[in-house]
Amino acid sequence: MTTVTIPDLCLVALVGISGSGKSTFARRQFAPTQVLSSDAFRALVADDENDQSASAEAFDALHYIAGKRLRAGRLTVVDATNVQAHARKALVDLARAHDVLPVAIVLDVPESECWARTELRPDRDFGRPVLSRQHRDLRRSLRSLGREGFRQVHVLRDVAEVSSAVVAYQKLYNDKKDLTGPFDVIGDVHGCREELELLLDRLGYLLSRDAAGRPVDAHHPDGRTAVFVGDLVDRGPDSPGVLRLVMGMVAAGHALCVSGNHEAKLLRKLRGGTVRVAHGLQETLDQLDAADPSLVEAVPAFLDGLISHYVLDGGRLVVAHAGLKEAYHGRASGRVRSFALYGDTTGETDEFGLPVRYPWAEEYKGAATVVYGHTPTPTAEWVNNTICVDTGCVFGGSLTALRYPSRELVSVPAIRAHYEPVRPLVVATPQERGLDLADVIGRRSLVTPAGRVTVAAENAAAALEVMSRFAVDPRWLVWLPPTMAPASTSKVEGYLEHPVEALADYAAAGVPRVVCEEKHMGSRAVLVVCRSAAAGLRRFGLEAAGVIYTRTGRPFFADLSLETSILDRVRAAADAAGLWDELGTDWLLLDAELLPWSAKAEPLIREQYASVAAAAGAALPAAHSVLSAALQRGIDVASLAARFAGRVSSIEAFTDVYRRYCWPTDGLDGLRLAPFHVLAADGASYLRQDHEWHLALVDRLVTADPSLFATTRRLVVDPASPSDVASAVRWWLELTGAGGEGMVLKPAVDAGPRVQPALKCRGRDYLRIIYGPDYLSRLDQLRGRGLQRKRNLALREHGLGLAALDLLAASGSGRAVHQLVFALLACESEPVDPRL
Amino acid sequence: MLLTITTTHRPATDLGYLLVKHPDRLQSFEVSGGTAHVFYPEATADRCTAALLLEADPGAARTSKQPDTFTLRQHVNDRPYAASSLLAAALGRVLRTALRGDSRDRPALAAGPIPLELRIPALRCKGDAAAFFGPLGWTVEATPIPLDAAHPEWGASRYVDLTLRGTLRLADALNHVYVLLPVLDDAKHYWVSSDEVEKLLRAGTGWLAEHPEKAVIARRYLAHRTSLTNEALSRLSEAVDTDSVIEPAPRPESLAALRRTAVVRQLAEAGAGRVLDLGCGPGALLAELMRDRRFTEIVGADVSTVALDMAARRLRLDRLPERQQARIRLLQTALTYRDDRLRGFDAAVLMEVIEHVDPPRLPAVAASVFGHAAPATVVVTTPNVEYNVRYPGLHEHGRLRHHDHRFEWDRAQFGAWCDEVAARYGYTVTRHGIGEEDPEVGTSTQMAVFKK
Repeated sequence: MTTVTIPDLCLVALVGISGSGKSTFARRQFAPTQVLSSDAFRALVADDENDQSASAEAFDALHYIAGKRLRAGRLTVVDATNVQAHARKALVDLARAHDVLPVAIVLDVPESECWARTELRPDRDFGRPVLSRQHRDLRRSLRSLGREGFRQVHVLRDVAEVSSAVVAYQKLYNDKKDLTGPFDVIGDVHGCREELELLLDRLGYLLSRDAAGRPVDAHHPDGRTAVFVGDLVDRGPDSPGVLRLVMGMVAAGHALCVSGNHEAKLLRKLRGGTVRVAHGLQETLDQLDAADPSLVEAVPAFLDGLISHYVLDGGRLVVAHAGLKEAYHGRASGRVRSFALYGDTTGETDEFGLPVRYPWAEEYKGAATVVYGHTPTPTAEWVNNTICVDTGCVFGGSLTALRYPSRELVSVPAIRAHYEPVRPLVVATPQERGLDLADVIGRRSLVTPAGRVTVAAENAAAALEVMSRFAVDPRWLVWLPPTMAPASTSKVEGYLEHPVEALADYAAAGVPRVVCEEKHMGSRAVLVVCRSAAAGLRRFGLEAAGVIYTRTGRPFFADLSLETSILDRVRAAADAAGLWDELGTDWLLLDAELLPWSAKAEPLIREQYASVAAAAGAALPAAHSVLSAALQRGIDVASLAARFAGRVSSIEAFTDVYRRYCWPTDGLDGLRLAPFHVLAADGASYLRQDHEWHLALVDRLVTADPSLFATTRRLVVDPASPSDVASAVRWWLELTGAGGEGMVLKPAVDAGPRVQPALKCRGRDYLRIIYGPDYLSRLDQLRGRGLQRKRNLALREHGLGLAALDLLAASGSGRAVHQLVFALLACESEPVDPRL
Repeated sequence: MLLTITTTHRPATDLGYLLVKHPDRLQSFEVSGGTAHVFYPEATADRCTAALLLEADPGAARTSKQPDTFTLRQHVNDRPYAASSLLAAALGRVLRTALRGDSRDRPALAAGPIPLELRIPALRCKGDAAAFFGPLGWTVEATPIPLDAAHPEWGASRYVDLTLRGTLRLADALNHVYVLLPVLDDAKHYWVSSDEVEKLLRAGTGWLAEHPEKAVIARRYLAHRTSLTNEALSRLSEAVDTDSVIEPAPRPESLAALRRTAVVRQLAEAGAGRVLDLGCGPGALLAELMRDRRFTEIVGADVSTVALDMAARRLRLDRLPERQQARIRLLQTALTYRDDRLRGFDAAVLMEVIEHVDPPRLPAVAASVFGHAAPATVVVTTPNVEYNVRYPGLHEHGRLRHHDHRFEWDRAQFGAWCDEVAARYGYTVTRHGIGEEDPEVGTSTQMAVFKK
């Protein structure tokens, strides 16, 4: 039995003449969806699998589908004769374009056997000469397959071998997904053996030494694995010593190591190749001359065995010397190796004669964390879920390790500068690369903790206008408030919304503890508060100390100085409350209500609510008075008069409602800020934190600056306890009776993706400004309101917000965060009853 | 919504005959938008008052004419309270006989003037009510209603408490109200079609043709539909045989047209064949470009899908011959984003676009246009704010030319921006004026031409 071992991701070209049994072989060895057969594609485009005139179109379609599969990283088998070089070249090109290995499996079955099979098939109407020509082509092909770019060529020689052969799979060398760490990814060592020893010691590794006291291995008692990003050698004082240690660790399974460009060059040199001896290679060569021969002998094999990148921890971690863009993760091709070793270069050189690097990390959007070295920087900084841990030890910087998955950085300073850098180390500040329209327009589907969320193209189109014409700089816009659904419509007499239903909703969902928060009636404000403009620049790429934006991402204040003075006050309160140090951050994201409503909405209040009140206030009493006069004359207008009397008092109540939310402000005077969430800080999303935790932090801001901050009163209840429910109802009646908007009920801790993260329960009079002054007279009709759409929307938007903040905490790509926030804004374009 | 009609003609209760509504009964009618009630709060020989009270059906009237800036407006609005076209429609339906001036019982009374007092306690009033009712022989008392007594600083609302006094034929009085209510309200609740012209002319018989505000009345009554307004006005002038038909005087070429000409000239001089109109709006420039065969590939891009739809209609995109269709494409884009589809063109036009961008977002626009799309030629036009002093009304109020303008630059500011962008993205720039050159303040529009 012959075993054909192929990589688990590759493009397989079956090669064989008609009747050689390719389709049978494919059917037996591969899943039906993995096999793309030229016959099937001819049938798809021309309704006839033997229609040779359709071949060009059929192959076009086949290559297209094959490309889609390869892009998605799926093994693909092309079942066609492939006896002609041009046909195979197309497949080799396709494989290379997707950075997978092209593999050929040749079915070399005698022509006579094939002809016998062909004659048995009534649908094959070509003659023996066709088959003979194919056979001649095949014979010629067999000599050249290896040169055509196929990385493996398997030839099955006769009918028996074809029918007994079994396909087996082998993982790609870079596939170490089964290793889950924890890892310590160590930056470019460049012969700094002493610093490496210190770093390993700091990381908790125990060094083993040989008789001469030289370190030959290190292992971690907790079973951690070190991962070297390459460039172990050159420039530094003891490249052989570093090699000895790392080779020992790798051999013992205590470390992994990817190849750096310096290893590749050293290998070429050791193998007698012509290389330009520069950039510290001479030092290594000199040191190796003086090193013990047993080490020197082992070095080439070690270097030769180094893989250019590793995919670790189920695909969540990728290590490559110069980084790796997402499309190349887990792929194998010359250009993947070249990217991993040398990075993405523009082909230009800078004023120091060094290649200009293309900032691939700034465009990175992948889910995997990419850790790399190659470009020395003063400090390791996260860029879009990627980090460069080369902190220039050999140039007198430090040697850095990233602990994974905890993302902690550990470094030791260089003992001295061992080598003069060609160009000075500078911080690679992320440049304004701008956002890509292709990231946001069209129909899209995004993964969130609340499941997959689909955004319709027309909603994205609507959001594009808001985002580009009215929103603040998207770099600030890391989150938007999701919409909130009301509680189930109340069955309590005289009420459309009532806490009994809200609490029953949560009791039914099994939520043990609900925080009832006073709902402030103002305007929603999201605040990004930075400790300094430098913090803003560092985290958001914008040199400003923060921003305040509305629920649709617009600047909250037209007057920038007012924004600045509020941010100053919030910053001072955070200082006084000690939040910066406690949360280990230099910026905060707050979700708040800014009061009074009239501060932002006065034009709307005047145009909408006061106007209605003015018209009604003039019309209704006049109507009532003529009705009273008619009644006095004995005309039967009693019920009409009663209705209008009711309307008169409704409009008075309506007027009282909006008036309560209007008071004069002058600059900061009169403004109140009522935060209720501390959404995020550096490296942390707090959206899943207990709401009591949020409010406790907010309380400290209130204490620090009681004239600006307003308390959010709250009551924590068990929704299943009748006495708790009664006290919640009592409190709600009290709040709304005093003119409050109502309350928001939230599961104290995140209750999972199916449970509403919050429900609003609005006061009876407040609802007059939503449903109309007289809505209570139409309660029965209004009770038919449908809530499902709004609820689904609330869950989806909440999921998008969660995903955005999670990504922000994980230093994910700014573009990916923007996609989520953009989708959230697009959801707001969905047609939902605005009264809910 | 309430209208009361009072007369002191003796016996005043004859009003019941003229209105064909018995003074001692409540009569109710289902009408569009609710229920209309007619009753008499006062009915003596000296003084008789009829009340027409429209009890609106909540949610029946949607003010679709207004921009939907606040969707809750559909549910909370003044329609149930303020007199509007709904009340006029109810009047037309419930008091039809009186409007015609017919009376079986009191024909002489119906034909002659009687002392009348009409009151509408809440009328949405755009403009001066006296200017509309005054010329018709009414003594007009329009008391502004404060927006909110608790907020005197908010001033008056858009409503007045209107009382009309005069001695007029009842039918005329009712027709005045019937026509002028929707005119003063200026927010018709229904779609206006050509039979509205007939209704207007019928109700306006004998008084509208000579009304000094007839143009405004016709325009607003016909919901600002120009073709209908012109039809009504021309038929009104036939009636009085004057030549007051509004004919647009031949105007000098507009600034917008001058701008398009100047831009097209620049594109042609640059030899550009494949051009982008960024922020194309409803496509005025695109139409001009289409007429010029030098432009072989034209892309109109805008962030507003509404504008793009308008452009598609203007260009009749779906009906163009294939070869013409192949020359033009419309696409939605946002200039603060990089858009690969905009790369590889000879030239791009930003005509009156940058002033619609918030200044902090301008660098992103420059990056996507000059850095990413990077055509060989970029033509930018923007207002010259210095010239605003030549526009009466703009300067005194310190206003910008358009409510969506985020800024308007003087020549120095525009020059500085141009120089900075040119230096950053490797262009050279020349600046030009469009419009008549004023020795002091320059031209109304400024243009910059960037070349790589």
